[in-house]
Amino acid sequence: MNWLQRHIQPEQVRELILLLLIVVAITAFASVIPNYFTPRTFDRIASSVVIIAVAAIGQTLVVVTRNIDLSVGSLVGGAAYFAGTIAGLDKGLPPVAVVMVAVALGVAGGALNGLLVTLGRIPSIIVTLGTLAIYRGVLVDLSGAKTVTTDSLPQWIVDLPHTTVFSLGRLDFTVSIVLMLGMVAIAQLVITRLNFGRRFYAIGSNPDAAQLIGMPIRRTLFTAFVLSGALAGLAGFLTLARFGTITVDNARGLELQVVAAVVVGGVNIFGGSGTVVGATLGAILIGTLEQSLYRLDISEFWRDALLGLLILLAVASDAVILERLRALWARTELKLLDKKPVARERPS
Amino acid sequence: MSAARLLKSWEGLLLLMLAVVVGLSIEHSPVYLGVGNIVNLFQLEIEKIIVALTMTLIIINGEIDLSVASVMGLSACVIAWLFHHGVPMPLAMLAALAAGGVAGLINGFWVAYVGLPSLAVTLAGLIGYRGIARVLVEDRSFGGYPDWFNAIGQRAQFGPLTVSIVVFLVLYAVIAVVLHRSGFGRLIYVMGNSLQAARYSGVRVRPVKLSLFVTSGVVAALAGLLYAARLGSVRGDMAQGFELDIITMVLLGGVSIFGGSGNLAGVGLSILVILNLRNGMGLADITGNTQTSVIGALLILSVLAPNMVQTIRDKWKGRQT
Repeated sequence: MNWLQRHIQPEQVRELILLLLIVVAITAFASVIPNYFTPRTFDRIASSVVIIAVAAIGQTLVVVTRNIDLSVGSLVGGAAYFAGTIAGLDKGLPPVAVVMVAVALGVAGGALNGLLVTLGRIPSIIVTLGTLAIYRGVLVDLSGAKTVTTDSLPQWIVDLPHTTVFSLGRLDFTVSIVLMLGMVAIAQLVITRLNFGRRFYAIGSNPDAAQLIGMPIRRTLFTAFVLSGALAGLAGFLTLARFGTITVDNARGLELQVVAAVVVGGVNIFGGSGTVVGATLGAILIGTLEQSLYRLDISEFWRDALLGLLILLAVASDAVILERLRALWARTELKLLDKKPVARERPS
Repeated sequence: MSAARLLKSWEGLLLLMLAVVVGLSIEHSPVYLGVGNIVNLFQLEIEKIIVALTMTLIIINGEIDLSVASVMGLSACVIAWLFHHGVPMPLAMLAALAAGGVAGLINGFWVAYVGLPSLAVTLAGLIGYRGIARVLVEDRSFGGYPDWFNAIGQRAQFGPLTVSIVVFLVLYAVIAVVLHRSGFGRLIYVMGNSLQAARYSGVRVRPVKLSLFVTSGVVAALAGLLYAARLGSVRGDMAQGFELDIITMVLLGGVSIFGGSGNLAGVGLSILVILNLRNGMGLADITGNTQTSVIGALLILSVLAPNMVQTIRDKWKGRQT
């Protein structure tokens, strides 16, 4: 137990449980749904997960600082729509430019959120509740309620969902999946290893203390919102690639799914704890349930009811199990401290 | 409150906004202040403003209930499902209210007795209760209710007023008395200010919180019932997304999202501002999405403006000393 405890943190136990849950869910579905283990199932789940997961990375950064970003649904929809429109106007535009358009739009939206929260000193839930409505309204007004269609898009975007980077067995890892995995890896390393990333946790777990030791609180919060916006923009581009047809109503309500992924992934809604990998696992679990229940004809309408139950269980287990685990770890640490001086007194 | 203080207060600001909006609207349309238009004004958003009243209690208490719109949908779907399975209408209506109560009980249990954050619990409720509503009606639409049921939501039965408007007015009066004139109301504020302090002073905080969530559930179910009666048909996605509008109404009313402050007069004024603004914009041919974004901007500005004034005042004082 001690060896285990030294190498695994309580938070990682939680991620392992989540991983186990995903395996259990997949096994359960495979035993009920015929032909479940096909590349097609993988494709379907993955294309839904990548969008939620990329947006959930940004949401994690914000939630860890004890804030929330409810505007992601509108930002994803806006980025998808405008990137699609611009790509359609000039089909010769390089792919990087189209992605940059989507990300830049997200950054602009995130920066406005960040400014209002830091300089305006408005609670983030109020700011992003407002901008959720404003960004969607701007999108509907500017677009004249027209729809981006697959025909108007350049061929490379239409082909993107089938463009494979590498294959594992019969499973194809498309550009979108690789992009998501890359983002998760970078964000996880930044938030757990770099000083810059640790600040997010410090501010979220104790804002007063962070202020007293002279952390640049405003700058860090601003960065969190900008990053959340940028990732929402990227998720918008992935949405464009996945569907091809983008209405002004696209991604409406996505913010709830993203927050759900983050909460299921074990990120504390009051800030200070949780990881990007956890949130991604949350997104994968939700995506697996959604897409698999869809295949069970009888239960299509049970999807949301089960999802709600899942979130509740995740949060409850966070409060009940994780607290106990932390207490157990802390007690073992104390015991180790007690033993050390004793060991020193007896020379071998 | 003296006239000078009223001008500086939040309610003064809202009153000013209201005067501007109503003034512009009257100029635009001479029938604006007619009884017919005012009744219409209330009728169009009546379910949301009913729920905003109980949301005020929840937010002052330092919590939030994101599941209200789903409970509204659930209540409507329970009525539709039971009625189409041969249950008499009055019984179906009671069952709908009971369903709302149970939903509130579940939310309240996890928040008050297990101590989970209400944001997460009611987010689960938002998705879960909507799911149950969908399970009941799937993708069909249920209509064909008895006339007396539809009349509850549609016909003027108390002079020019509908049952829904009377329900709103009565509820407003009851909640105003409870919140501002009773011991229970003081408890709601005290717990919103500091739950620790309330607990150490011997307040039994858990039953208070639980009762607030149950009230919120029952009232949301009542609003869902009235909504079904007004529309005359029920679908699974009824009232979807209403929670954001409802919370906006409460926050614009000057209720702090962190709990412990705000009052019902402010929320009443904010409801009037939003109703008049939507109606006025409708008369000026401004459509739904733009209306929503104007109200979103108003929400941000209403917190931003006082903060800015405070900042400038602080700087000014700093310069003088």
